[in-house]
Amino acid sequence: MLLGDVMADRLIELHNIKKSYGSVFALGGVSLHVDRGEVIGLIGDNGAGKSTLIKILAGAVRPNSGDILVRSAKVTDWNPHRSRDAGIETVFQDRALAVQQSIVRNIFMGREITTAFGFLDARRERSEAERLMREIGFTSKVFTPDSIVGQLSGGERQGIAIARAIYNQAELIILDEPTTALSLTETEKVFRFVRSVRESGRSILFIGHNIHHVFDIADRFIVLDRGRVALELCKAEAGTAENLISFMERIAHPAAGMGVLPSSAVGGI
Amino acid sequence: MVDDAPRVTMASDRPLLVRMASNNRAAIGTIAVFLVMMAIFFAANPRVFSDWRIYSAVLTTLPVTLFLVVPMVFIVTVGEIDLSFPAVMGFSCWVFSLVVQAGFDPWLGLFAGILTGMALGAAIGTIVVYGGLSSLVATLGLNYLIRGAILIATSGKSIALVGVRDTSAYQVLANTVGGFPLQMMWAVVFVAIATILYNRHKFGARIKAVGDNPDGAAQMGINTRHIRVYAFVFTGLGAALAGIFSTMINFTWWPTAGDAYLLPTLAAVFVGGTPTWGGIGTVVGGAFGGLIVSFIQVGIVSAGLDGFYVQFFSGLIIILALLGHRWNQIRYR
Repeated sequence: MLLGDVMADRLIELHNIKKSYGSVFALGGVSLHVDRGEVIGLIGDNGAGKSTLIKILAGAVRPNSGDILVRSAKVTDWNPHRSRDAGIETVFQDRALAVQQSIVRNIFMGREITTAFGFLDARRERSEAERLMREIGFTSKVFTPDSIVGQLSGGERQGIAIARAIYNQAELIILDEPTTALSLTETEKVFRFVRSVRESGRSILFIGHNIHHVFDIADRFIVLDRGRVALELCKAEAGTAENLISFMERIAHPAAGMGVLPSSAVGGI
Repeated sequence: MVDDAPRVTMASDRPLLVRMASNNRAAIGTIAVFLVMMAIFFAANPRVFSDWRIYSAVLTTLPVTLFLVVPMVFIVTVGEIDLSFPAVMGFSCWVFSLVVQAGFDPWLGLFAGILTGMALGAAIGTIVVYGGLSSLVATLGLNYLIRGAILIATSGKSIALVGVRDTSAYQVLANTVGGFPLQMMWAVVFVAIATILYNRHKFGARIKAVGDNPDGAAQMGINTRHIRVYAFVFTGLGAALAGIFSTMINFTWWPTAGDAYLLPTLAAVFVGGTPTWGGIGTVVGGAFGGLIVSFIQVGIVSAGLDGFYVQFFSGLIIILALLGHRWNQIRYR
């Protein structure tokens, strides 16, 4: 594969990102990249640096050092605005939806489609909402774009948040614990939305506690451990979720594990 | 999980009328309460209630309530409350009265009064929002502060505006034509514009979004502070209009102008079907809430009951209406 092709696929790259709060190290030199149209599972215990990493990607937190590249071009003065321009959108579980409003109002919250003088263009909003819902695979015989979000289940609400991110021209959607506290059927719905998003050529950073969930949906896994990338491997290398779990256990307790990590795994230990 | 038929729909196949009724259930509930109340009054005293004069009497002062109630629906929807509107109303129509008393055209007074109301609304909103204060307590204090300033400056003296009757402003705004008070027409126009603003405009959409989930709205790039302040500016506008119409109807400005409207206005908002928790509401319902509150007093006395019964029945109707709305409305979380 030519170098140019590789470059074209790179959406976001982080090079040696370091962040400390006072004397506490949150991230000690993290490098990772997200390609177009892939789902990355980001795994790590509490305190591993996941939330710091998300905040840095969103531009809410400034790293102490390191480079951020968007489509292989280095971006200086990284901030929330630059992050949005780069197409990074974070979906927090449930939090950013106005549950008493309709699906349409939630999708276009803050970016209403209007005619002259700021009047809502109900017809265009409705058809655009239907298009977005189709795009993510939100099919329902019960709900319309005019349905109140409070009537939707947890998984369906995630879908609306994802549809909104797509409307906001997201290229990389960060899903922060999207399936925590969801039932099996609801998780399955979220997975379906995620797959539809991938098919449309967008990328997803899927953060989760449940390794089985992450394993099912992601193409590539990044394991964070105490502020470093402890393991990075694709699904074929991991093979099964059980393998992935045993790799992770070896990272957490190096002395206990005797097995060999896959060759591509980059060690932080 | 496999049938990925690309369909989104289909509750939209329900008849339009059913959908409209479901979307406006709070307003329809309020209108129902109003009709039941009027039917009872009518049954109690058919002679008085088939006479136009009783309606004309209510319609003369109802516009003042409507100008106050409608912006209050916006304030409650955005998740705040404003108890300072009586003083803003008094202050704005004081400015109106001063301009007219000085010999200027009432149209100019109207302009000055509206500007005063909106400026006060902006100031109150800024103090509450940027000061990070509880609007309940802060506007209570500001109501006293502004009213106190009026009383200090005027030493409690009223202003008579007898000459206003012959001006073009009065003829257009507050005259009675064929037994119909013109101010009612302007109030209906105001309610109609506000309804469109609330339901069909970006402003209303953002008011509801901020009231529903302020953090979420901010995350989606809405300046929640600006929206809140605008809601207070709108209240100032309504209070100014209420004050100016009330002054024109009475040909007199009193230093206490507006005080009597505090509790009936708030009652009207909630009787109208706007819940206290923010995010949703109904302008039309609020207007009918104002109608209910205005008719209670006249109705009870005209129905042949003693004036002592007024408060008791006002309270009863408010509580029954609230219980009705609670049953009629689901709160989504």
